[in-house]
Amino acid sequence: MTDDPETTHAGDADPEPESSDAWYELRLYVAGQTPRSVRAVDNLHHVCEEHLSGRYRVEVIDLLKDPTLARGDEIIALPTLVRALPEPIRRIIGDLSDTEKVLIGLQLRPGP
Amino acid sequence: MSAPPSADGAVAPPRSPGLSKVATGIAGLDEVTLGGLPRGRTTLVAGAAGAGKSLFGIEFLVRGARDLGEPGVLMSFEESRDELVENVSSMGYDVEQLERDGLLVVDAVRVDRTQFIETGGFDLEGLFLRLGAAVDQIGATRVTLDTIEVLFSALGNEAIIRAELSRLFRWLKDRGLTTVVTGERGRAGEMTRFGIEEYVSDCVIVLDHRVDQEISTRRLRVVKYRGSLHGTNEYPFLITATGLVVVPITSLGLDYAAPRERLSTGIDELDEMVDGGIYRASTLLVGGGAGTGKTSICAHVAAAACARGEKVVFFSLEESPAQLTRNMGSIGIDLQKWMDAGQLRMASVRATASGLEEHLANLRAELDDLRPSLVVLDALASLGRVGTTHELSSIIARDLDLLRSRGITTVLTALTPEDQSAATDGAVASLVDAWVQLRNHQHAGARVRLLSVVKMRGSRHSDKVRELRFTDQGAVLQDSTVAAGRHEGDDRT
Repeated sequence: MTDDPETTHAGDADPEPESSDAWYELRLYVAGQTPRSVRAVDNLHHVCEEHLSGRYRVEVIDLLKDPTLARGDEIIALPTLVRALPEPIRRIIGDLSDTEKVLIGLQLRPGP
Repeated sequence: MSAPPSADGAVAPPRSPGLSKVATGIAGLDEVTLGGLPRGRTTLVAGAAGAGKSLFGIEFLVRGARDLGEPGVLMSFEESRDELVENVSSMGYDVEQLERDGLLVVDAVRVDRTQFIETGGFDLEGLFLRLGAAVDQIGATRVTLDTIEVLFSALGNEAIIRAELSRLFRWLKDRGLTTVVTGERGRAGEMTRFGIEEYVSDCVIVLDHRVDQEISTRRLRVVKYRGSLHGTNEYPFLITATGLVVVPITSLGLDYAAPRERLSTGIDELDEMVDGGIYRASTLLVGGGAGTGKTSICAHVAAAACARGEKVVFFSLEESPAQLTRNMGSIGIDLQKWMDAGQLRMASVRATASGLEEHLANLRAELDDLRPSLVVLDALASLGRVGTTHELSSIIARDLDLLRSRGITTVLTALTPEDQSAATDGAVASLVDAWVQLRNHQHAGARVRLLSVVKMRGSRHSDKVRELRFTDQGAVLQDSTVAAGRHEGDDRT
């Protein structure tokens, strides 16, 4: 496997203390099985396996099945990934193909 | 998802094929737009912060839900739920009750830029689904989006937002939802900051709030209304305790009727001086100094109208109904009789308490309620204590416009100093059709009242100055020995 320079130096001081062992509760909101939805689910799966292995749970919520759920998590854009835990709550929009931004959004990496 | 409920009830049939209107229920607006907003279409309401556009959007829903049987969904991007409930309850509406009754859904959308990180392609399907769910929940036919432009600053990606807004407005139209979207006024020359007017092709209304001489004036203008006639003027509007009140100015078009019918003033000699009486639906100004008998003249005109079987509203800004009835009783005018008969209503307003804007709203409410054919406004000078003279004449102009548009004969009094140089005179004089001037005169140790007719539009009138006396049988005019020979110095005619 090609080494990703961003992920190999496990010994580096982590700027986000919570990221080392915190438990992640994630909710991914999508609408139906569109190519974008499928892409978002795949991308999320990769990020989690690579960076949060063993300490996350993902719930995929299809708003086409129950649109009333959109209000509870303040959903406007789709797909939206909600980091419910650790707090504070964070929202990440888009199909999650920009891994770097996903990591920043999840606070697994310092923001710009 | 169910189809939107069919449009029914409460609204006039389409005036032209394909164009049907929805009454907003907002006072005066439906007159200005000749029936309301375009049914099943989107209307943009643009204005600067504080112009009243949110209130417009909310009142459109609340009145629809409560009075017109049209449930509505409010999606607010700016205010929290608590703020909304509080603001609307200040107008006397119970939002939560309307929600329990299934007539209203309030969805306060929280969009905070710091919460969003964009990681790839997205759309606003979440918003669509959310709105769709709320619409389906109560079978809504009305929607207000206040202010959707917030999305631009919150989400950043302008290209996606533009494409999605375009899709949103199509979606609203496809579902037949009558929608109000509010937009923040842009810099000079721009209708809205993010140009959302380009998505709204059917109806655009602009609200304006100016502060002139420390008095705020709000104006409403229908900039565009596809397929419909509409008033193009700027209409003053007020924000009152019960919501917006738009004041149509019909007389700017000078299209009100000018009946030839003459009405007696109740004083025979005065009728003679104005060639048989004042015209119906005209405006008579009674000017004069303190204690010259202005109110008594008004009472005569009012009592004469009642005796003909007409209804009269007597607005007094100085005296209470009890004071008025007593004082007029002393000169043989029985106002109580007409009040008991339901033909005369006294409305006492203390000018300082209610302010100029409220004055107009009160006037309107009385007109709607009693539907009088004659109105007395006594005394405008009291109004002048509240605002500047400039604003006073503007209010008088609005009063007279409103009254004329309804074919109501109006008698108003103004306190004018002996030298007649008051600005009130000049400003008001051009608006009235007839002007009777009173003044006190000292002669040989006695005080006499003199009356002259300054102006009588569309009619001959006497040039004489006559002496006015009040007896216990009412006012009488007689040729004055005092005035004779002094005539030329008395008036500025």
